[in-house]
Formats: sequence, structure tokens, C-alpha cells
Amino acid sequence: MRVVVDLARCQSYGQCVFAAPEVFELTGPEVLEYDSAPSDHLREQAERARAACPVQAITIGPAAGPTRDATAAPPRSAAIDTVGGQR
Amino acid sequence: MEVGVEHRLSPTSTAAGLPDDGHVVIVGASLAGLHGAEALREQGFAGQITLVGEEPHPPYDRPPLSKRVLAGRMSADDTGLPQREDFEAQWRLGTAAVSLDRAAKTVTLADGDVLGFDKLLIATGARARPWPKVHEAALGGVFSIRTRDDARALQARLATRPRRVLVIGAGFVGSEAASVCRELGLDVTVVERSPAPLVGALGGPAGSAAGRLQRRHGVDLRTNTSVRSLEGDGVGRLRRAALSDGDILDVDVAIVALGAVRNVEWLAGSALSVDGRGVRCDAYCRAVDSAGQPDDDVLVAGDIARWPHPLFDGELLAVEHWDNAVRQARVAAVTMLHGPVLQHTALPAFWSNQFGVNIKSVGVPARADQFAVVQGSVENSAFVAAYGQQGRVIGALAVNMPRALDAYATMITNRASFPPVARIPDAPDPIRVLDTALPPLGQAAPDAGRPQPDEQRAGARPSL
Repeated sequence: MRVVVDLARCQSYGQCVFAAPEVFELTGPEVLEYDSAPSDHLREQAERARAACPVQAITIGPAAGPTRDATAAPPRSAAIDTVGGQR
Repeated sequence: MEVGVEHRLSPTSTAAGLPDDGHVVIVGASLAGLHGAEALREQGFAGQITLVGEEPHPPYDRPPLSKRVLAGRMSADDTGLPQREDFEAQWRLGTAAVSLDRAAKTVTLADGDVLGFDKLLIATGARARPWPKVHEAALGGVFSIRTRDDARALQARLATRPRRVLVIGAGFVGSEAASVCRELGLDVTVVERSPAPLVGALGGPAGSAAGRLQRRHGVDLRTNTSVRSLEGDGVGRLRRAALSDGDILDVDVAIVALGAVRNVEWLAGSALSVDGRGVRCDAYCRAVDSAGQPDDDVLVAGDIARWPHPLFDGELLAVEHWDNAVRQARVAAVTMLHGPVLQHTALPAFWSNQFGVNIKSVGVPARADQFAVVQGSVENSAFVAAYGQQGRVIGALAVNMPRALDAYATMITNRASFPPVARIPDAPDPIRVLDTALPPLGQAAPDAGRPQPDEQRAGARPSL
């Protein structure tokens, strides 16, 4: 499970901190931090946080990217260990 | 920032010529590319989507890289972005695109493969601007912060507790990195050519406040200063830096934070309107060719795009913000499916956390010529400032007051006059209007320490 918060939209209401204290925390008066890769047993509280966010800034889902069976047909596309540049 | 004008559909919708079983190629597998692809699926596109990315990693979130990842409080591996549950696409990761042939509607990849497309989304973004002297940039201990691998490597180096870290450039990334260094208890020198940190993005008065904040947190901040050279030891590790102020610093880590370079090189033969500032597109995200005509089949989104924002009189904007990448890519998806019916009119919105404060901005403070604190106070590190240009509010900055900003977004959208008039209990009386080009005179916080010479020649321009 992956979590991301649109922190430009976030207004630090802190509802997520109450709904999912193991995923979200306020580390300063207005500074929200969160676990971007919480374990699956926190899914329910993370979903509650998403629903509770007054500005709908929270997105939750499986990690983006190819699944084992869904990579592109050419074998080299699966070469995750090749070194990429900065584009 | 919701401003209520983003989703206006024109009554003259037309089909855009993307077949149900068509192929959309998205070059750039980061935030904009992912959101463009997801938006296509959300809107029912069932054809093939191929995401091409030069980096081997699936899309990941960059903002934490210069903050929590660097501080060692979040693994670089945990920055992966979420996707929709049922999302399906072909992924070509670790493979750069090298050219675009618009007539043949093909993209050629570095491994020689050629992908045909019905619609193309250009979302190749930007890369870190390297230290210009190649031999110096290659020294061990010289880092950038743009990719997940950059952040992982730098975090590991900072964890070995270098004697002193040199940060070259005090924009947002450099300032955030300096903040992390202080959080880790590391000595840090920040070298900035401008008179203050963040001055390019936020102007002189806010930049001066940022400089005071950095110094209060123990940063050795050198403004109006540049790095003349980086010097290595016998085995190619950084050991010293020579500054334009004459100082020679013993440093074993240098963080090059000189901004970004757009990844436009692969578009050289495309006959699109492309230069170092990005790819020009219209408000529907259609790439504009060198004759000024939009290409219905080639869309642009994210850091690489420059488009005429209707609120800013058609001047081309390029916005390197998270929020913009998401929204612009979603508009591009609409254009692919439905033609030019939805304009990208979202206001630029940005955030940063550094030195314990939350910074948010909306609009385009960088283009303003006037600045006024309109709520709270700089001294208490909790304030809102409005930015004006030609008598109009065009931007706002909130420091530790994130919930105040929506009202100013509305003012920007409504072209409210500057300075804004609001009956708010925490508004300063009188509101003082300053020139953004120069740091303020006599506005320094009491604990500001010795002002820099450049701060003393500043001219305040009170007008109220």
C-alpha cells in the first residue's frame, strides 16, 4: 500500500492524524508527515483518514508500476537493475 | 488550490480522434505521466497505454527526497506513488526516448525500439542542473538532489557525519537540504549569488526573512557569494571549496542545488516550439509547433510545459510544482479523449517545510513587483503576504498559516486590487507595501543578527 498527500492542498486540519495515528502525524504546528508505505494492516485506518480529509488531499493505492505479469513484452523493459539517468 | 474555474467545459465539445483501441504513449514515467495515464482510465479509455521512463524506478514522489529521505526518516524505497487499484499499462522503464517523429507518429527509444502512437503525452520533466565544471562535479562528495538514487546516496553520506556540508544555491531544494543538515546537527554553509535565499521565487522581503530564519538555525549563510572552485584530494574526493568572498572552506560534501534543466533534447527534430525553457503548449496542453499551430495528437504536461495562463494575460508559465504536474496531465488526458474543451487554469500552488516552518504559496509571487504582509507578523514566523503586480494581487505566501491561503487564491482569480483590503483581526496596521526587488529596510526581526550590506541599501516603499 502506498499513501501520498497533496501537501499544496493540505491545510493541516489534522483530521487524518486522529483517523490514522499510525500513518499521519503533525510534527510542527502546521507540518504534516506521514508513512508513505504503511503495512497493509493499517489499510482501514488509512482509508478512514482519506475519507476524513476536509480537502481530499490523500490518495491511497497499490504501488505504481509494472506488476510481474504486466510488464511490456520486450524482455529488456523488465531490466529494473539497469542504471537510469536523470530524465 | 481550488479556485472554481478549473473544470469548465466548453459547449462545443468535439471528439478528439482517439480510437477506443488506440495507443497512447506517455514519455516520462513520473508524477505527470502517471496521472495522465490514470485520468485516461478514469474516463473510460480502454486502449493501450505505454509509459516510458528513463529511470529504472516506477513513479515516485519527489518532495520527500530533500526532506524526510535526506534526514533518514523515510527510505528512498518508500517514495513510490500509489496508483488506482485496477490500473493497467505497459511500462518501459530504464529506457529513455531519444526522438519524436510527428509525421510518422512514432517515438524512438534508446534501445532502438520504435513505438507508434495515436496520442503522445510529453512529460519528461527536468533534471538537476549540474555543477558546470565537469571535473569538479565528478569529485566524490558532490551531490545533486533530484532523483531517488541521488537522495539515497546523499542520505548515506550525511549519515557518516561529514565535517561540513556546502550547499550551492539557496532555492527551495538547497534551503530544505540545509534545514536537514542542521536537523542532523551538521555544520552547513549555504552559498547564494542573490542577496537572500528563495529570492527568485518569493522576492526580497520574504527572502530576507528566510535568510534570518536560516541564520537563527545556525546556517553559515553567504549571500551575494558564489563558489569559485571545488578542489579534490589525491583520490578524487572533495576536500575544499573556494568562495568568491575569499574564504577557502574545508568541506567533504557539496550539494549542488542550482535548479533544473528541462529534458527537451530528445525533441530536437520534432519541429515543436522547444527551447531550454520547455515545450510550448496551449491551455489545452496541445504542443505548439514551430509555426505556432497546436498539434492535436501531441500533449505536454508537468515541469517541461510552458503554457499561456489566462489569468496572467497569456504570458507563458512554466511551473515545477507537484500540484501542477497532476492537474495539467489530467487536462491533457481530457484533450486526448474529447478535444480542446477543458483549459488548464489551475493556479500554481507550492509548499515547503524547512527550519520547522510550513511555507505555502499560490499564484506567481516570482512575477510580482510589490509585497505586503497582510496577516500575522514575520517576527513571529506566522504570516501571510500578498504579492502585487500593476495594482493586482497575483500571488500570496503563507508561513505557518496554511488555512489562510484559499482566500488569497480567490483574490488572485478575481483579479482583486493590490494591496488587498480585508477586515481581519491579525492584519498589520498600517499595511506596508515593499518592493520585491530589494530586501526591506528596517523590517528585520529583532533577532536578525548583523544585517548583510545588501540589506542595508534596501529601500522600503511604504504606500499606505
